[in-house]
Amino acid sequence: MTHIDSKTAGAKTGETYPANSLRTGPDERGRFGQFGGRFVAETLMPLILELEAAYNVAREDESFRTELDLLLKNYVGRPSPLWFAQRLTERLGGAKIYFKREELNHTGSHKINNCLGQILLARRMGKTRIIAETGAGQHGVATATVCALFGLPCTVYMGATDVERQQPNVFRMKLLGAEVKPVTSGAGTLKDAMNEALRDWVANVRDTYYLIGTVAGPHPYPQMVRDFQAIIGEEAKAQMLEAEGRLPDVAIAAVGGGSNAMGLFHPLLDEPSVKLIGVEAGGHGIDTPAHAASLTGGRPGVLHGNRTYLLQDQDGQILEGHSISAGLDYPGIGPEHSWLHDIGRVEYVPVTDNEALEAFQLCSQAEGIIPALECAHALAHVTKIAPQMKKTEIILLNLSGRGDKDIFTVARHLGVSL
Amino acid sequence: MSRIAACFARLRDANRGALITFLEAYDPDPATSLAILRGMPAAGADIIEVGMPFTDPMADGPTVQAAGQRALKAGATLAKTLAMVRDFRKHDATTPIVLMGYLNPIDSYGVAEFCRDAEVSGVDGLIIVDLPTEESDLILPHSTKHKLDFIRLIAPTTDEARLPVVLNGSSGFVYYVSITGITGTRVANADEFGRAVPLVRRHTDLPIAIGFGVRTPDQAANAVRAADAAVVGSALIDTMVKTLDENGRAGPETVSSVLALVRDLADGIRGARSAA
Repeated sequence: MTHIDSKTAGAKTGETYPANSLRTGPDERGRFGQFGGRFVAETLMPLILELEAAYNVAREDESFRTELDLLLKNYVGRPSPLWFAQRLTERLGGAKIYFKREELNHTGSHKINNCLGQILLARRMGKTRIIAETGAGQHGVATATVCALFGLPCTVYMGATDVERQQPNVFRMKLLGAEVKPVTSGAGTLKDAMNEALRDWVANVRDTYYLIGTVAGPHPYPQMVRDFQAIIGEEAKAQMLEAEGRLPDVAIAAVGGGSNAMGLFHPLLDEPSVKLIGVEAGGHGIDTPAHAASLTGGRPGVLHGNRTYLLQDQDGQILEGHSISAGLDYPGIGPEHSWLHDIGRVEYVPVTDNEALEAFQLCSQAEGIIPALECAHALAHVTKIAPQMKKTEIILLNLSGRGDKDIFTVARHLGVSL
Repeated sequence: MSRIAACFARLRDANRGALITFLEAYDPDPATSLAILRGMPAAGADIIEVGMPFTDPMADGPTVQAAGQRALKAGATLAKTLAMVRDFRKHDATTPIVLMGYLNPIDSYGVAEFCRDAEVSGVDGLIIVDLPTEESDLILPHSTKHKLDFIRLIAPTTDEARLPVVLNGSSGFVYYVSITGITGTRVANADEFGRAVPLVRRHTDLPIAIGFGVRTPDQAANAVRAADAAVVGSALIDTMVKTLDENGRAGPETVSSVLALVRDLADGIRGARSAA
């Protein structure tokens, strides 16, 4: 593995990393090891290069950071608190469990961190129209929100299946003034929404900014989204030191595309004492076809602009992911996760729909926090490992979103009609 | 000389533009698709693009998306697409065949193995929509070794400074994407490509084909007045779709209706320069 000059890599202004740092990627071709890259049609290529250049200027620009920081503080409500989940800790009887409360952000999830960063960039680039894809609707709501705030027209592509199961978020987006376009191709989920957003972008490339919601897509998106989400891990690190005087033994997060996990993990990559765990959607079980565990059950390929682990058949045709959580059923994953998986820095484990449902209820009742189904996957894994750990050990979980959007899905699975 | 170069040399001598027709392999079924492929040269197609079906064709409009879905349902794989070209080659040694599609099935097959098998099957060139110049070193050594032309797309967004970058390593012909958009959704503007093509010409001696947005004999004629070839895809598929039954199965008119449009397009192209 080669390491590159931190000036060209993921470092923030003025920040430098040690020579053996895991935080310096991607390289100048947008790659993390063999993963990432820029696999897009020529029509988009000039814009991707323009975006990369604009981002590189913005991230070195003090005024960009100042404006973003102010929005994060006064509009989002950052820093998000660190919460000691005492009752859950007692219930599980092992390691101390802390929540990074990203669900308390404005719009109810971590997605807003990235949306604000990108909308400032879109404005700098003179773009006048914003498009986005969404699965569970959290990114769609966050995008619609920043578009309302900045007065830009917004079109959100959402799989028709997801439109059905995430009605509250669909209505939220419309209230915020966005146009929601249901996508009926394929299984009508996040993958298809992303295809359709890319098609829109190709057709409207001159005035349109594509606001990708996760750490996937062509370079520079995986890097850029990670950088905007890294505030989660930076804050959590300082908050842990303040609360416990040390870093956690385990940091854990759910992984669909992987933006909340990358935001938590990236500032911790060079802390070897911290074990990092990403939790994938195991659906009905990874020994069935109905799951969305790209790393556990997939193999490397190229989709949506990057090389990464994908759920695919022998012929390289992409399979549909399945998860109870609309935010996780994507057949791919961010390329940096693929790299971290291959080098073994992060452990990725699957959790089934049913395990997530149980954790969803446990968290609601033990902590008075209804978590998003995405985070319930990470919580389910915490219920497995915490009892095995010492009471002096610490788990830090990224509670990336609130579960209000999921109550209809959960009710249906519990046999309750609302 | 490659089949593609020989084809363009012949047409240059005849002062005629080339008609490049597209079909999706296995759409709507293997036998019908092979019959259309075999009939295209006699109907007037000079070069044929065979689409390699993929679940997520990001640069394609609804027509080609649906064609890919029908093809996959009919059992298409990359290996079977290559086999179809081998079948075609049994009866046609001269018409160039270009495979068009997306990277992942090729990557999954193995890039080196794919290029080797494509050459053996009688394929002449490759168009891989989601493999831009910046990533093309993945395939170029293998495609060159196996004498496959690597055909690049130039878009309206490709500015003049970028043209030499994109054209570096190009062979066969240059594919000018005449609209900013996906296939089959907009009609190419003759004034726009009339301005763009000479610009591309300054940077390459390769023949230039105009595609994405060419549907009718008139539009094809306009395209070959400005460039060396016209590519027609979605219009042929739309014609085919009209002959399918409610379950998407081919009917008695399926092959003949597609070939009839190929003939009309060929007539349009043949009349283009003499009428100009």
